[in-house]
Amino acid sequence: MSKQITVPFGPQHPVLPEPIHLDLVLEDERVVDVIPSIGYVHRGLEKLVEKREYPEYIYVAERICGICSYVHSNTYAECIEHIMKIEVPERAQYLRTIWSEYSRLHSHLLWLGLFADGMGFESVFMNAWKLREHILDDMEATTGGRVIQGVCKVGGVRKDITPEKLDEMVKGLKGMEPALRDLTSVFFNDASVSHRLKGVGILQKGDAYTLGAVGPTARGSGIGIDLRQTGYAAYGKINFKPVVEQSGDCYARCAVRAKELFTSIDIIEQCVKKIPEGPIEVKVTGAPDGEYFARAEQPRGEVVHYIKGNGKRNLVRHRVRTPTFTNIPPLVTLLKGCELADVPMIVLSIDPCVGCAER
Amino acid sequence: MTYFEMTKTVIKSLFSRPATLMYPVKPAKKTPLSRGHVTINPAGCITCRSCQRKCPTQAICVEVKEKTWQIDQMRCVVCDCCVEVCPTKCLTMDTQYPVALTARGGVIKVTVAGPKKKEPVAPVDGAKPEKKE
Repeated sequence: MSKQITVPFGPQHPVLPEPIHLDLVLEDERVVDVIPSIGYVHRGLEKLVEKREYPEYIYVAERICGICSYVHSNTYAECIEHIMKIEVPERAQYLRTIWSEYSRLHSHLLWLGLFADGMGFESVFMNAWKLREHILDDMEATTGGRVIQGVCKVGGVRKDITPEKLDEMVKGLKGMEPALRDLTSVFFNDASVSHRLKGVGILQKGDAYTLGAVGPTARGSGIGIDLRQTGYAAYGKINFKPVVEQSGDCYARCAVRAKELFTSIDIIEQCVKKIPEGPIEVKVTGAPDGEYFARAEQPRGEVVHYIKGNGKRNLVRHRVRTPTFTNIPPLVTLLKGCELADVPMIVLSIDPCVGCAER
Repeated sequence: MTYFEMTKTVIKSLFSRPATLMYPVKPAKKTPLSRGHVTINPAGCITCRSCQRKCPTQAICVEVKEKTWQIDQMRCVVCDCCVEVCPTKCLTMDTQYPVALTARGGVIKVTVAGPKKKEPVAPVDGAKPEKKE
């Protein structure tokens, strides 16, 4: 047996956009054990719920994450609405679905760019982010914010989209589709990309299930869980299938995200066809009294918001379980037995968002 | 697998306009809904403190006796909440982002008109906005 050495990895690392620290125990070049630690960007946002009134806290809840921000506000609002038994107008639900899918598109494009950059494919990184800019432009035109939309509120949404703008958005997405196909074909067909990703970091289906993997990490290992199928917002009225890949390696996780781009465009198109006329919000009076778990599908996987209120304007407890936190145990399993040079790709392949995980 | 896949992209990029903007020189793209920074019309403010109570980051401070309205731009997250609750609509959202700030700067204090009752004496006496570090 050769001598074991420990190599620190992160929180600052050239290929790692997120402050996670891993102690890699190596035997020669092979990783035999991993000790992950987080705690570099903790902000105590959940505690803040006691100091802010529940309608205003949604702006704080949205800022838990800088990329999947919209889904956080959506889930928080749904949680409160369920406790207070508020019926959200149908138009608002469709608008929420459209914005959720837009945020998924922008998050996946961002991740595809970062992933390409991680393996040294910088031109793909630039192209992915160029396409992402069109998505952000549409988001800014409809909500007022590029990444922090601030458009969801308890009881509905704050902004409406005109029918002309909706058509324009769909036209824009359809126009983008050839460019997206070009971009994703690099990940599917390029020989050097396949060589770098195929067979690297395999997560078996059983492991993914027992370790509680969520989102594209689980779907890449053949588990077809997609919280959108539970039918929150307007997803119940939309026809779509979750993207599932069987091989469980980095390539599969990448393929899931690349294919989900087209699912998202399809969902947005269906929403625009079905969206009814009507009000976009209902007046909310009173305060939540009770508790509820709301679950939703973020770009990175399942997010759970737990809220407890006691009939006052300030909530008693708010707890968020984010997908990255859940994906850390599978990540540790993935890293055991891999080569040191594959560590960055494997860490990136679960799409870590530590800002989310620590709140 | 295809060959010369990249050449297509290279040629397209050669004959198209730059994808980036020369940002500070040319202004950034803005839409009518864009949230840049909060501005106040001092003549309209009645110091009701609604904006201060609703602000999720406690960036706004209203002094009723001194008739001042103050915003800390380093704390403000530009959520549009104060603009929505303002009863006299004296707060507006400017579409341009504020200039870059340091940790100590960014506090803007404005003397405002105050409640409507006192209007006959001095309508908009100290309505001039003044900047303070």
